[in-house]
Amino acid sequence: MSLVKIAGLHKHFGANHVLKGIDLDVARGDVVALIGRSGSGKSTLLRTINGLESIDKGELVVDGTALHDGRGDLRALRQKVGMVFQQFNLFPHLTAGQNVMLAPTVVKGTPKPEACDIAKEMLLKVGLSDKFDSYPDQLSGGQQQRVAIARALAMQPKVLLCDEITSALDPELVSEVLAVVRQLATEGMTLIMVTHEMRFAREVGNKLIFMHHGRIHESGDPKTVFADPQTPELANFVGAVQAA
Amino acid sequence: MAYQFDFAPVIDHADLLLAGAGFTLALTAVGAVFGIGLGTAGAICRAWKLRPFDRLFGVYVEAIRNTPFLVQLFFIFFGLPALGVRMGEWQAAVLAMVINLGAYSTEIIRAGIEATPRGQIEAAQSLALTRRQIFRHVVLRPALAKVWPALTSQVIIVMLGSAVCSQIATEELTFAANFIQSRNFRAFETYFLTTALYFAMALLIRQLLMQLGRHVIVGRAR
Repeated sequence: MSLVKIAGLHKHFGANHVLKGIDLDVARGDVVALIGRSGSGKSTLLRTINGLESIDKGELVVDGTALHDGRGDLRALRQKVGMVFQQFNLFPHLTAGQNVMLAPTVVKGTPKPEACDIAKEMLLKVGLSDKFDSYPDQLSGGQQQRVAIARALAMQPKVLLCDEITSALDPELVSEVLAVVRQLATEGMTLIMVTHEMRFAREVGNKLIFMHHGRIHESGDPKTVFADPQTPELANFVGAVQAA
Repeated sequence: MAYQFDFAPVIDHADLLLAGAGFTLALTAVGAVFGIGLGTAGAICRAWKLRPFDRLFGVYVEAIRNTPFLVQLFFIFFGLPALGVRMGEWQAAVLAMVINLGAYSTEIIRAGIEATPRGQIEAAQSLALTRRQIFRHVVLRPALAKVWPALTSQVIIVMLGSAVCSQIATEELTFAANFIQSRNFRAFETYFLTTALYFAMALLIRQLLMQLGRHVIVGRAR
């Protein structure tokens, strides 16, 4: 049974039809890489999965919580779906530890001492147990992004969405963030990531989705899809990113 | 013959001056607390477009920002009794200051709220916080921290503006100064000392609010 099921999903921005009927099944433990050119709809698709973008038509089910044509219990959905952003988006007035503790205490009503333990555990997991009391502006980009991952994990999501989470990082900081994601994947976390790290997608991902003009144009096992693209659009795209 | 400066007749009334200064500070403190409270409420209504309150606050803000404080005060003290609303000079002074500061701080705090980066709201949404929770835990403190210097200046403007409350016989600092000057005719000396007191109070308030902002609003020592 699939953990995330998307069927016939449509999304418009005004007159612009950005998602033209998406069908997607993600099983528990899948690591899905969404790739495609800028404007292909990959980020929009990702953002519909936790309701940051509304859905005009179609169905989205995550672990039994459903949105039909965009209607349903958004907060229940969001408790099952974690998200990490390109720009980290840590809360600047809170320490790393407080950033991680906020949602468990406020949303789930977890008592402070217990939330503090959760935060320490999550920061340890991302290798930042010594940064509990640091403010975001005292951390490097890579460290901030790892705190953001810890913050999302503290809510014990069923699936974690990653929206180009290494794109805003200096090159030497990319690997520390990818190492955390790789670790999560080996622990069995279900991941859906929009990424430009093609090598990472190939090594860690077990499913590759190539988006083109608002549709899933080609998908399959990353190793075979990269080695043998079936459509000229994907062949072009793979050639373009590999040349870069 | 040159004017002979003589501060002694004013110093004789130092108790009156200091009492007036104390009342000015008290007026300002009460006005600031309720004025900023009112401004926060107005800013939320305006930023979230809560009908019909956003429109009402819009009219209120424009009405207050485009009329003189003295006229607002006279309207409350002399005008409202025609509608059966009577109050003493202290209540009228406090009410006028709250209403005046409330309007300006509505716009100041709204600017802070609207400057919240969209990504932070999205991060909070993705953590399943409700709109109220997002406002309280994510938006409010950074917003106040951003606009705190502007709010501090506005509180000082209101403190200085409270001088006109002497016109309805509120016994604050300027009232005391006018009284002393009318007894001893030492206008230069009286208003020189009064000016110095206002200056000192403005510096004091700025320091206090900056400390408050650093420790309570920003919540961290840097």
